[in-house]
Amino acid sequence: MEEQKWDQPMGGFNAASRSQMAEAAAGGEESQRTLYPYVTGTSVIALKYKDGVIMACDTGASYGSTLRYKSVERIKAVGKHSLIGGSGEFSDFQEILRYLDELTLSDHMWDDGNSLGPKEIHSYLTRVMYNRRNKFDPLWNALVLGGVKMGPKGAEKYLGMVNMIGTHFEENHIATGFGNHLAIPILRAEWSEDMTFEEAVKLVEKCLLVLLYRDRSSINKFQVAKITTEGATIYPPYSLKTFWGFSHFENPAQGAVGSW
Amino acid sequence: MFRNQYDTDVTTFSPHGRIFQMEYAMEAVKQGAATVGLCSCTHAVLVASNKPASELSSFQRKVFRVADHVGVAFSGLTADGRVLTKFLRNECINHAFVYEAQLPVSRLALRLADKAQVCTQRSWKRPYGVGLLVAGLDETGPHLYYNCPSGNYFEYQAFAIGSRSQAAKTFLERKFEGFNKYTPEQLIKDALSAIKETLQGEKLTSSNCTVAIVGRIEDGTAEPFQVVDTKRIQAIIDSMEAAEEAPAEPSSMQEEDKGSDAAPMDI
Repeated sequence: MEEQKWDQPMGGFNAASRSQMAEAAAGGEESQRTLYPYVTGTSVIALKYKDGVIMACDTGASYGSTLRYKSVERIKAVGKHSLIGGSGEFSDFQEILRYLDELTLSDHMWDDGNSLGPKEIHSYLTRVMYNRRNKFDPLWNALVLGGVKMGPKGAEKYLGMVNMIGTHFEENHIATGFGNHLAIPILRAEWSEDMTFEEAVKLVEKCLLVLLYRDRSSINKFQVAKITTEGATIYPPYSLKTFWGFSHFENPAQGAVGSW
Repeated sequence: MFRNQYDTDVTTFSPHGRIFQMEYAMEAVKQGAATVGLCSCTHAVLVASNKPASELSSFQRKVFRVADHVGVAFSGLTADGRVLTKFLRNECINHAFVYEAQLPVSRLALRLADKAQVCTQRSWKRPYGVGLLVAGLDETGPHLYYNCPSGNYFEYQAFAIGSRSQAAKTFLERKFEGFNKYTPEQLIKDALSAIKETLQGEKLTSSNCTVAIVGRIEDGTAEPFQVVDTKRIQAIIDSMEAAEEAPAEPSSMQEEDKGSDAAPMDI
């Protein structure tokens, strides 16, 4: 009787284990590299304003080119002082939320007056993302981490991002995915220090609208969230008004050349 | 010290529920040169008395910086203390690498205590023969912890360990209630006075004590843990002696002088 190979599924041909079987036959270790993302969220936009940080994104998750899920919350509160927004592979985002849960729970259980601020969480996530990248098994996300914490010199606002290869930085305004190309130019032109909440929401909506028109994986259902020294608030989803009444859309084939 | 049949190893309890090896380890702490720590609501101070092994040698170094925001002073087997300092430094650095933030002092003290506890429950180990005073600053203010060889740790407003530390403790017990409002200068003065009590007649100079301070000043800037330079210590000691020789003015009265309409004190 030949020896049981316990690291392989018995008999059968399991598509997922094909590479494993090939590897095992070659005598090598299992290599599980993340090759593609499957269910993905699109852009997240965030900016610092007078009382803290505002973050917004749509509530969609696409499965390839299908707009499969339409009520997905891609911004979550972390601890007492931060918000995290994730674009990219949604299951990886959920995994990251689980890691953060463990972190914030053990921090909370200390009950010693110390708490993890946005900078610490951003740093921690950077280490996680970079280490996974080095193992060729990335968490396929671009994460936006924003928050505000009271320090010895007053309220300190923080906004940063980290992506799947571990690139990380801090800025006054962040956008991921298509937002990098469509929203950042608007933010650079119109962001200013100490905007009011209303001004900040207007600016964010302007960016979200452009993304809605131009990013095919965005949907018309958005969530805005804010974090201040009082805590995190994630507002219920709402939609933006769009305008499609351009004359060119009325008879799109008008100028088209046809053979019949 | 009496001999017992239950004191051969740390994994044996006595019939009265004591572990003698642990208690002997705490005895080692009591034999070391005295160390004192004090806390106000802005600063924490550590003072160690320096006892050279002989007239020809230099004194044992007992005050170490663990990170910018925390330092230790110890009494007992100083070699054990040195090794534990290396452990503490490592813990702080690892935390700072992952979180880019300073490890809160209570969590550092806990890690040290857990490490000490391991040695009290393995037959092939012995407890660390050193007691550490951990003084540090974090977002909840300055803290002073005492870590015992038994693996216990407590937070203190002020504490003294080592030989003749009872004299220092008695002095601190009289004065500790006012410590929270002290300026850093006053804290250092009282720490030096406490150490002086342990010297029992020997003259206190800047060469037989080491002082270190860490804290946050009024505008919110943190002052990192550092050993206070000997010239400043000597100046403080000299001013303390001058104050003793002058007609006694209790230091707590100095604040009342700041009132603009207070009459000058009658001496």
